[in-house]
Amino acid sequence: MSGLEIRQLRVSFDGFTAVDGVDLEVRPGDLRFLIGPNGAGKTTLVDAVTGLVKARGSVRFGGTELLGRSVHRIARSGIGRTFQTATVFEELTVLQNLDIAAGAGRGAWTMLRRRRGVPEPVAQALETVGLTELADSPAGTLAHGQKQWLEIGMLLVQEVELLLLDEPVAGMSHDERQATGELLQRISEERTVVVIEHDMDFMRSFARSVSVLHAGRVLSEGTVTEVQADPKVQEVYLGHTAAEDAADVAVQEA
Amino acid sequence: MNVLKGRSARAWAGFAGGAFALFAVAPFALSDFRLGLLAKYLCMAMVAVGICLAWGRGGLLTLGQGVFFGLGGYAMAMHLKITDAGPGNLPDFMQLYGTADELPWWWRPFENPVFAIAATVLLPMTVAALLGLFIFRRRVKGAYFAILSQALASAFAIWLVGQQATTGGTNGLTDIQGFFGYDLDDPVNQRMVYFVIAASLLALIALARQLIHSRYGELLVAVRDSEERVRFLGYDPANVKLVAYVVAAGMAGLAGALFVPAVGIISPALIGIVPSIEFVIGAAVGGRASLVGAVLGALAVAWAKTALSEEFPAGWTYFQGLLFIVALAFLPGGLASLTKLFRRRRAVAQKSPVIPVGEAA
Repeated sequence: MSGLEIRQLRVSFDGFTAVDGVDLEVRPGDLRFLIGPNGAGKTTLVDAVTGLVKARGSVRFGGTELLGRSVHRIARSGIGRTFQTATVFEELTVLQNLDIAAGAGRGAWTMLRRRRGVPEPVAQALETVGLTELADSPAGTLAHGQKQWLEIGMLLVQEVELLLLDEPVAGMSHDERQATGELLQRISEERTVVVIEHDMDFMRSFARSVSVLHAGRVLSEGTVTEVQADPKVQEVYLGHTAAEDAADVAVQEA
Repeated sequence: MNVLKGRSARAWAGFAGGAFALFAVAPFALSDFRLGLLAKYLCMAMVAVGICLAWGRGGLLTLGQGVFFGLGGYAMAMHLKITDAGPGNLPDFMQLYGTADELPWWWRPFENPVFAIAATVLLPMTVAALLGLFIFRRRVKGAYFAILSQALASAFAIWLVGQQATTGGTNGLTDIQGFFGYDLDDPVNQRMVYFVIAASLLALIALARQLIHSRYGELLVAVRDSEERVRFLGYDPANVKLVAYVVAAGMAGLAGALFVPAVGIISPALIGIVPSIEFVIGAAVGGRASLVGAVLGALAVAWAKTALSEEFPAGWTYFQGLLFIVALAFLPGGLASLTKLFRRRRAVAQKSPVIPVGEAA
């Protein structure tokens, strides 16, 4: 298992600095939550790590420098991500979605032949994310939460070592959140997981460690209790009373 | 599993039916003249097979297939013109317009029949590979890709017109007499050309079907629907699209090559912007994502062009434009999507609990 090491990461768009010198270290096997108000730079940080936006500084994963590599090469070096809105291949079935995710290393000959049966890792992933019965349904017909699970399943068969999940439980019911959280805990026993999340209850229940981002910088870092006790964090969240999140942290395990 | 079996059984039945119609019915039911026209339509259908793959499955609106059709056609026609002229002689149009006393250097390799036949497919594929590398690596897509393709078709046609002395200019390469030793004026040989074309079309359909149902075909649809997502799975979408583009170009090249003996001419007017759009219209009307739809659509539109332009020569262009717009605006899946709709309706009707007997069937 490898860890993620970010040093002095900077991303700017036309003069606006979205990520402003972030240092972040995620140990192997961690289940790290990235929280922070809207516009704090959480998604941009993930975009930079996965090669979607240009960045300066250094991002190392398992000792390899990622900055400057193309998106698909970063993906091949064991880093997978999901998006705020679930993006699965709607016209393909759940099984086809997973089979494609599992296949980036396939040779030409395998690609040009038909898929026969269900590959073992795909069957396992179907089981893990609880979509076995829906394997032959088009992914476009899945419910919102199921699409998010399918995406997580795709990361599993992709055999990534680092999962970067962008608001995986947004729009899920309470039970679905619970199931997703437990799934993430299981996954993080063998892989490193980073979750961007706005839902503070969810964060409190499942995070192993937390980083708070604000205005492109890391404001605070530590366990859930440490972060919640940090006066800087309270100030940031109280300063944004309009934001939904404000009450959440302020009330602190009432 | 049952669904899969049913699908491949239907495909085999359709394939056999098509072969029967092409080889056993058409040659007897049609006059030599009409059979010759059918051979021409089948060439259009061959291009449509490639368009189904690149556009229908890969989302690449290939509005410039005339370039590849033309490369294949000219490669074949150059060889046939050289052999028509006989050893030591220049093709007829070069004697008329040409200033050179000998064959231009880039005509010479086409004297060799093996080279010429290989070139009809490999030349378009090579050009497509080079273009595609440039286009897809730079992430040119959507409307920009379509416009670029159009511009290429236009540029190629204009270039050919400008090279009067070596390409025949606007006239193109005309009046082709023989096909590898067979006299094309003889109806028996014309019929042989028809059979070659029909067999090639069936082979291309089989090849495309294999590609569409392979893992590559699934990946191609994934790239069409969400290119970025595919990139995050560790694939380079540029390569995925490149394969479809190159295969489609090869198919168009073969179609152009076989068009030459069937019709006896290849010219800039057959490969420029308008014909390039016509190639796409057939696939759009029939259903670009469905092989059967694209092929039948291409045949129908090519037939309608002959039938309608015999009656109303001026009206055809407008009708064709209208057809394209109506198909894209109101029936993006083409006519093929109608059958799917009916099938779904029937499935819903069968599932209704009132008549449970229907399920046994």
